[in-house]
Amino acid sequence: MKWQCADKKKIKTVWNFSLSKIAGDVDQWLHQTFNPTWALVAEMVIVGVGVIGLFAALGLVLVLMERRVAAWIQIRLGPNRVGPKGLLQSLADTVKLLVKEGMTPGGADKFLFNLAPFIAMIVAMLLMAPIVFAKDFVIWDMNIGVLYVSAISSLSVIGILMAGWASNNKYSLMGAMRSGAQIVSYELSAGLSVLTIVILTGSLNLTDIINSQQNGWWIFKGHIPVIIAFVIFIIAVTAETNRAPFDLAEAESELTAGFHTEYSGMKFALFFLAEYINVFIVCAIGATIFLGGWMPFHIGNWNSFNHVMDYIPSSIWFFGKTFFLIFVIMWFRWTFPRLRIDQLLNLEWKYLLPISMFNILLATAMAILGWHF
Amino acid sequence: MVEELGITTEGDLQINVGPQHPATHGVLHLILTLNGETIKKVEPHLGYIHRSIEKMCESLTYRQFSYVTSRMDYLSSHINNNACALVVEKAMQIEVPERAKVIRVLVDELTRIASHELWWGAMAMDLGAFTPFFHAFRERESINDIMEETCGARLTMNYIVPGGLMQDIHPDFQKRVKHFIQLYKSKIDEYNEMVTGNIIFQNRMKGVGILSAEDAISYGVTGPAARGSGVSCDVRKMYPYEIYDKLDFNEVLETGCDSFARYMVRIREMNESVKIIEQLIDNIPEGDYQAKTKAVLKLPKGEFYQRVETARGELGVYIVSEGGTTPYRIKFRSPGFSNLSALDHMARGSKLGDLVAMMGTLDLVIPDIDR
Repeated sequence: MKWQCADKKKIKTVWNFSLSKIAGDVDQWLHQTFNPTWALVAEMVIVGVGVIGLFAALGLVLVLMERRVAAWIQIRLGPNRVGPKGLLQSLADTVKLLVKEGMTPGGADKFLFNLAPFIAMIVAMLLMAPIVFAKDFVIWDMNIGVLYVSAISSLSVIGILMAGWASNNKYSLMGAMRSGAQIVSYELSAGLSVLTIVILTGSLNLTDIINSQQNGWWIFKGHIPVIIAFVIFIIAVTAETNRAPFDLAEAESELTAGFHTEYSGMKFALFFLAEYINVFIVCAIGATIFLGGWMPFHIGNWNSFNHVMDYIPSSIWFFGKTFFLIFVIMWFRWTFPRLRIDQLLNLEWKYLLPISMFNILLATAMAILGWHF
Repeated sequence: MVEELGITTEGDLQINVGPQHPATHGVLHLILTLNGETIKKVEPHLGYIHRSIEKMCESLTYRQFSYVTSRMDYLSSHINNNACALVVEKAMQIEVPERAKVIRVLVDELTRIASHELWWGAMAMDLGAFTPFFHAFRERESINDIMEETCGARLTMNYIVPGGLMQDIHPDFQKRVKHFIQLYKSKIDEYNEMVTGNIIFQNRMKGVGILSAEDAISYGVTGPAARGSGVSCDVRKMYPYEIYDKLDFNEVLETGCDSFARYMVRIREMNESVKIIEQLIDNIPEGDYQAKTKAVLKLPKGEFYQRVETARGELGVYIVSEGGTTPYRIKFRSPGFSNLSALDHMARGSKLGDLVAMMGTLDLVIPDIDR
């Protein structure tokens, strides 16, 4: 009898695993041990180390995932030599990039040239702040989360423009200019499609947006306007992160490597990493806004089914949804040809933007009349 | 100063595409004059891979010189060899056995399919889609395997020699070709689904790189590039060699004049080649694979010309003989060189991204241009 009780308790603690509880405990302990200033400093250090660790981990995982997805689509095996089933391949690549010489071309503006990769990286890091990784687990739960994300993500173009301009290379310059035109345009659609949900929710706070999906994700209960917004969002963020079929900034068959033609070694790796982290972040935002973030999948009155779903930790739900969206974006990359620059801008200004605007009106009407569930 | 920076006096940007560039598929050097993204001028610079094949041929005997031609247009080496063999046979009036003729046509058409497969993958890669390249190579690989078995080589075959063939086909040849035809037929729909029908692809290809029929003729464009402009120029139909006049196949013509028309010509041409192979594969006559020829070939004094249809267009071999064992002068009319000359005309006014697509549809093989 006693043993049974203990077992039950143990099972319960396992199922109650939550990142927010751990974070709360750490916070409590720090505040009990140190004075508030030092506790805050310690927390900042922990968060910084955590973000950098997450960066490294995501970089390794996403690069491997991209290569495996590509191999799967292209009927080949992909990396399978380094480590068990090639799992350590991206680690080996990182070591290679680390020991490689980081060259600065002769005519380049040395300061800007070396600064650009860090800007790309810092922007990606800053974007981590408002993302809700699990239930009540967020670095900075700000009340203008959506606004913050769209504001900071538009800074990424500065890093790319800087790299292109400072490289003293015409290919880089053209890549950077393309990227500038592209990111500035597609931000509008991405912003407007997110705004659809903001209108329906009435809040810019990502936690509030997730909580509003308690009884169903927006993609299910938002009717057609939200589905349109979701499709536009996916297209726009693919363009914003310079991923194929919108990878005109790199366009290897036209511009060799676009804005990072002159970069090598770790400086190149930072751009590379920033691209993957940006993909992760936009997919995380998409998962949060449209697919309910960490909210488990529920079906109406199927209580037992819903109960089982609740047992899956919230962080797994979040990362599962995010990685699903990342997979979709990778799928795009390996199956579509690239657009031309004028077609790219036409698509945004003549199709996506008008549709988004009309869609916002539709969503507003829906929100006022309360047509959603 | 301005010149040094590569900016013209009108303020246009000059960039070098190549000699090392992913889009040129070889060491082609294009100097582009750009106004923003719009192309004002394309100036091809050649000679980076010039091996003076024509001069080398002057010191090689008539049995030897066709080996060098495998290195010209390395994607249709059989057809190059065939042209060389034909011109020697024509000059010496050698009667080639029927079996050799049929096998020659078979390997020529297999080469054409292999070349178009590679072109299809590379074309999609020029437009930024990587996956088709691997799918194309899957099918091309099986042709290479067939060639390896029969000729002992995968790229520079040297299988067709004056008088017939180097050796007889491998016993498995027919079986494997039939297997390939089956494989190809099951995959061609996949090609169309993945690339031809793709809306982005069609938008990239339609209406760009316009080459009118008059321009195609005046630039000397031949092959699929000219047939995309509606110019009937298939040497296999107009000046039949080997047994092409007895075969049932169509000359593929498209009238779109744009990149998409040139693309469709090649896709449909692959099907025509399959049709030819299907007609012949079960009907290879028995007999010798080589005519009885003298050990040392000597061409009579005079000038001899033979043209064939390679995967890229019309290849002409022109030999001036003084009656010796080596040619006095030899000249190859290569399709790539003439096709490239039309690039400037086609590209003016279009975007940089389209230039890559146009080069893709011209199917440039740089060693063929430079020789």
